[in-house]
Parts: sequence; C-alpha cells; structure tokens
Amino acid sequence: MTQNPRAFREASKQAVHDPRLKQALGRIKGHFQLARRFASSDFPDFEALRDQGAAIREHSITHLQPLLAEFEKSVTSRGGKVHWARDAAEARQVVIEILKRSGARRVTKGKSMVSEEIGLNDALQAHGIEPIETDLGEYIIQLRHEPPSHIIAPAFHLNKEDVAETFRGAHRNLDPSRDLSERSALVSEARTMLRAAFEGADAGITGANFLTAREGAALIVTNEGNGDLTRLLPRTHIVVTGIEKVVPDLNAASVLLRLLTRSATGQPITSYVSVMSGPHSPELSDGPREFHVVLVDNGRTRLLGTPAQEALRCIRCAACLNHCPIYGAVGGHAYGATYPGPIGAALNPNLLGISQAHHHPNASTFCGRCAEVCPVKIPLPTIMRYWRAREYAAGLPPLSNRAGLGLWAFAAKRPQLYRLITKLASRILKRLSRDGRIHALPLAGGWFAIRDLPEPEGKTFMEQLKSS
Amino acid sequence: MRVGLFVTCLVDMMRPSVGFSTLQLLERAGCEVVVPPTQTCCGQPAWNSGADTHCQDLARKVIDTFLEFDYVVVPSGSCAGMIRNHYPEALKDDHTYHSRALSLAKKTYELTQFLVEIAHATEFSAKYKASACYHDSCSCLRELSVREAPRQLLAKVEGLELKPLKDSDVCCGFGGLFSVKYPEISERMADDKISDAKDTDSSLVIGPDLGCLLHLAGRAARRGETLKFRHIAEVLANCPHPSIGEGT
Repeated sequence: MTQNPRAFREASKQAVHDPRLKQALGRIKGHFQLARRFASSDFPDFEALRDQGAAIREHSITHLQPLLAEFEKSVTSRGGKVHWARDAAEARQVVIEILKRSGARRVTKGKSMVSEEIGLNDALQAHGIEPIETDLGEYIIQLRHEPPSHIIAPAFHLNKEDVAETFRGAHRNLDPSRDLSERSALVSEARTMLRAAFEGADAGITGANFLTAREGAALIVTNEGNGDLTRLLPRTHIVVTGIEKVVPDLNAASVLLRLLTRSATGQPITSYVSVMSGPHSPELSDGPREFHVVLVDNGRTRLLGTPAQEALRCIRCAACLNHCPIYGAVGGHAYGATYPGPIGAALNPNLLGISQAHHHPNASTFCGRCAEVCPVKIPLPTIMRYWRAREYAAGLPPLSNRAGLGLWAFAAKRPQLYRLITKLASRILKRLSRDGRIHALPLAGGWFAIRDLPEPEGKTFMEQLKSS
Repeated sequence: MRVGLFVTCLVDMMRPSVGFSTLQLLERAGCEVVVPPTQTCCGQPAWNSGADTHCQDLARKVIDTFLEFDYVVVPSGSCAGMIRNHYPEALKDDHTYHSRALSLAKKTYELTQFLVEIAHATEFSAKYKASACYHDSCSCLRELSVREAPRQLLAKVEGLELKPLKDSDVCCGFGGLFSVKYPEISERMADDKISDAKDTDSSLVIGPDLGCLLHLAGRAARRGETLKFRHIAEVLANCPHPSIGEGT
C-alpha cells in the first residue's frame, strides 16, 4: 500500500462510504473517548496535570541541545551508544550498519511510529534482514502489507473478522477448521507465531515514549509485554526515536506517563512500563549485550522557532485522533501519511512539505476538540491555520479559490458595493428557490454535492432595516 | 448601555429574521442598539483560508466600525469567536490596531452569553410548542465557553421541551469552507448529527450559529427529513417566520 497524502480527497471520499471501515471506526467512542473521559475525571486534578505536562514538554523542546547532550553522556557512561541521524535515510543506514556489524538476520520489533516514519522495514528487507513486528496490531498490518492507521492502535481500521481472514491467509500451519471468531483465539494464534520469533531473533528494535536525560534511559509503555521480549532476549537492542522525546529526568517522565496512558487508552498505567538504560551489566542475568539509541531529527529542528514548534511537545497518545470527527469519519489510511489526524495535520506539512501534505491542515472544521483533549496542550487548530497561511502565501491553493476569496474580500471591504451585491444575490437566490430551497447553483458544486441551500428571505437585513 | 449589533454576513443575506430577533431581544434587555450600516463580514473565511492580508483589512474595518460601543453583540459563536480570539492574533504586528483589537475583543459577546451574563436578561415571555434539541456550535463551546447560557434561556420558553442531544460537543461538519472543500466528510458528520437529533424525538433543532443551521437544514432537506431548524434568537423573540428552509 503506497502512501499518497495528495490523494486525500479521493481516499477520504472512498473511506466514508466503506461500511466495514465505518463499523471499525464506530468503536472509537467506547474504546477510547469514554475510557479517556473516565480516567481523566477519576484523576484528582487532570487540568493541573495537563498544565504540568505542557510545561515539561515546552521546557524540553526549548532545551533540546543541552538535554540531548546530557542524555548522550548518560547513555555512554552506562556502556550504550548514541547515534545521530539527520534524516530518514541516515537513520535507516545507521540501523542497518549496526545490524550488519552484529550479523543479525532476524529482528523483532516493538511498535514504533518513528520506524514507520523513516520506512525502516522496507530498508531492512532490502538488506536481507527480516523484521518481525511483535505488537499485535502492528503484526497484523505487517501481514497485510499495510501501514498503521492509528498512532497507538495500528490495526484499528480492522474488525476481528478481517484479522481472522488475515491469519488464515498468512499462517500456513493454521488448521482451517480452527475457530477464530473470538478475540482470545486470535490473540493466542498470534502468540504462538510470535513466541517463535522472539526465540529466534538476533536483534530487537523498539521506539521510545520518553528519553530521560539525567538517567540516560529510554521508556516504553506496552500492554502486551512484547516490548520487554523484544529488548531483553536478543543480543542487540536498538532504540529508534525522535530527538524531541527527551525530557529532563525520570520525575518529569513519570508526570508525562500519567498523562499519556490516561489520554491514550484511559488506563491509569499500562500493563508494562519498561525503563531501558543500557546493556546488561555483569551483575544482571539478562538484557542485551549491545544497547544503541538512534536519535532521528528528520525535520524536527526545522520546526523550532516557527509557530508550529509546539507540535514537538506531542507525546503520541492519539487523543487528538480519537476525538477528531474527521479522523472518525475517514480513518487513518485516507491521510496517506505516517501520522494521521490533527497531529498529522500539524506535523506533516513540515515532514513531507506543504505541497504534499496541504490537505491535512485543511481537513479540519477547527472544531477544537483535539486541542481540548491534548494532554500537553498543543494548540492544534492554531498550528493547522498557520500551515494554511503558509500554503496561501506560497500560492498553492487553486487559482479559482484564491480569485474567489480575493473578489469576496474586495467587495467586503467596500460596504456600498457589498450592499449592492448582497441585495442582488439575495433576490436571485430567492427567485431560484423551489419549496423553500435551492437544489443546485453553478460554481457551488461543493455545497450542492450533498445538500440543498435553504431559501433566503429575498431582501437583506440591511435593506429591510433601512425601509422599516 | 450602547450596544453595536454585528448581524453577520450570513444573517444579513440568508436569514434577516435572526437579525431582527436579536435586535428585539437586545432592546427588551434594555440596551440602546445601533446597527452600523457599514458593517460587512468579520473576515473569518479569509482567516481560516490563511489569507491573512484580506483578514487583517477586514478586521481593521470592523474595529473602526465597532470600537465606539460599550458592547458588541453577535448572534453567532463563530463570528464572535473570530473577533474575541483571532483579531488580536491577526493584528499582532500592527502597532496601531493590536491594542484596539484587544479592547474590541474584551467587549464583544455572542448573543446568549451577553443576555445572560452581561444584560442579566433571561425573561422574554417566549412561547414555542415543540420538543427540541440544542446544537451547541463548536465556537460557542470551545472558543467562548458558552454552554449554560442558551440552555438557561431556552428553559424559560413556554411549551418548549428541551431534550438532551447525544454527543452535543461533536461538530456538525459545517466548518465554513470545509463544507464545500470536503463535502463527503461534511455529509457524514451532518448525517450523524441529524440522526442523533432524530433519536431525541425532537421536531426542532435550535442553534446559535446560522452556518451550522444552513448546513444541517440543507442536508436534512436533501435527505427528505421533516426536522426543522431555527436560530435561538428567533425562538426567544417569538419570530413568526417559517423555520429555515420552509420558504417564506
């Protein structure tokens, strides 16, 4: 499945008319929205926690250099190694070099959006290294050769019947008569396949939810325990993550953890929180021999100092997706990019270029629900509007849109002319009405594609006021 | 109290009865109401399109027109939100107008919020026999934190049974130019809203923003629904006009 953000319009049109997708997305409310609502209202003062989280993240992204330097020092002092990657290509190259050096052929992976962002799996395969995704959702979409459709629930677009079909197609030893109608049967089938993968892996790759500068640790949250098996069993563990994930210390990370899990799945804490702070030491029986952290910039520093900078605060909880009515209607794949929904609309114009990702900041009614639930208070609609202004300034919207807007503004700045135009328009619209509405008008296909226009009174307010 | 009434471009052209209802309500609340004849549009379409220069030009005109009043009242959450929240941002680099934008922002109110919180007027002896649900506009809810005022006002309307609308904090899919740029997504959101409204067994949907109402009424008409739509000012002012899209 190729990712094409420019095809958003067509893809979203198809998506809203896909009944299976609608069924899958219908689970958002029960699965995520209510869970978040209960978890945040159970917490004594969630608003204060959001303020605290926002302040920690704001401090972190405005002090990236010293924090990252401290992080590198701490990791190195514990026997790990930090690698820096300016862009996706460098990041892929660094990972492949580490794996080749250690002779790795099979690699287990924990769920990582940065790994999706840099296109790691395809690169590994091209170098003869087999990546096996171990997060259940990620494993399913890997079998289906699809990108994730959600930041924390990669297979959210699928129903359990789709998953059963996928397993039957991909697992050659699966008995055709086996009942896979229950969720538990699907999980146990996946577990059987993944156990073998864990045992045979030469290296493990995970992402990181947070990096703590003082301790030189990377944290991940999981509910399946796959993260621990990925990082602890193989000889080599590689953390691939974005430079913006750094925070000052474990105390700061613990504040953000409280926000993250409640905002994401509504859990007070996930089943597992793994703190990964280097290769195993002589006094420990398990853990990797080699510990690498690949810190990816890929355009992040470019955001610093711009009005979109606050997007770097993001802790990838997906609450903005879960509360976005657009995401809820079209799902993640329609966006044609690694990061869908409001956070994608804030990040993608920088990551992919505004001409590629221009639909994303436009595909919003500015309803503001995303900003309302964001645990670190990213002003998402403000950032989307900034990208629209950049798009407009670059002359990217179609000439017809810009000309239309220019004509309208020309008239709106001239009250007398405006009065005359609205007077005429009001009369014409009234004439064209049948049964209280207008069914179609030239040059207004977007409006009339799905709705009528209620009939106007025929005389403007200003006109009537003058004559009253 | 001298109040400048900003009727909004949509009300001016599509639904003057909302303007007259608003005028009536404000006068009955004891305000001296002035309708500056040079007003046009608040500039929101330009702002939301990223056409900042056009928006700044229009914002300066609105400021010049309305700065003299004690209060500015707007029968729309989105236009009031534009003036309150976005004018100061749009004009932040304009040394002359930025402070004016801030002072205009402070005295600009959405109609229901103004009636309840500033004019302390909630009694309009309104009558409307129907069961209805209220569609909060996103701008009222999240840009202006207006939630209780309209409900307080509607609770006083004789004969009106207000039913709770499920997912009342979810957008109806209008979003200004969004509605024409992405009609299919807008359609899904409107349909969800219309089904939720129908599930309440209401015959009427009341709202504070004409944009949402034209979009929802237009979609409902296209679907052949019998649901009616009205602006809250019309309900409170006993406006005799047929509901939106019912002809004149």
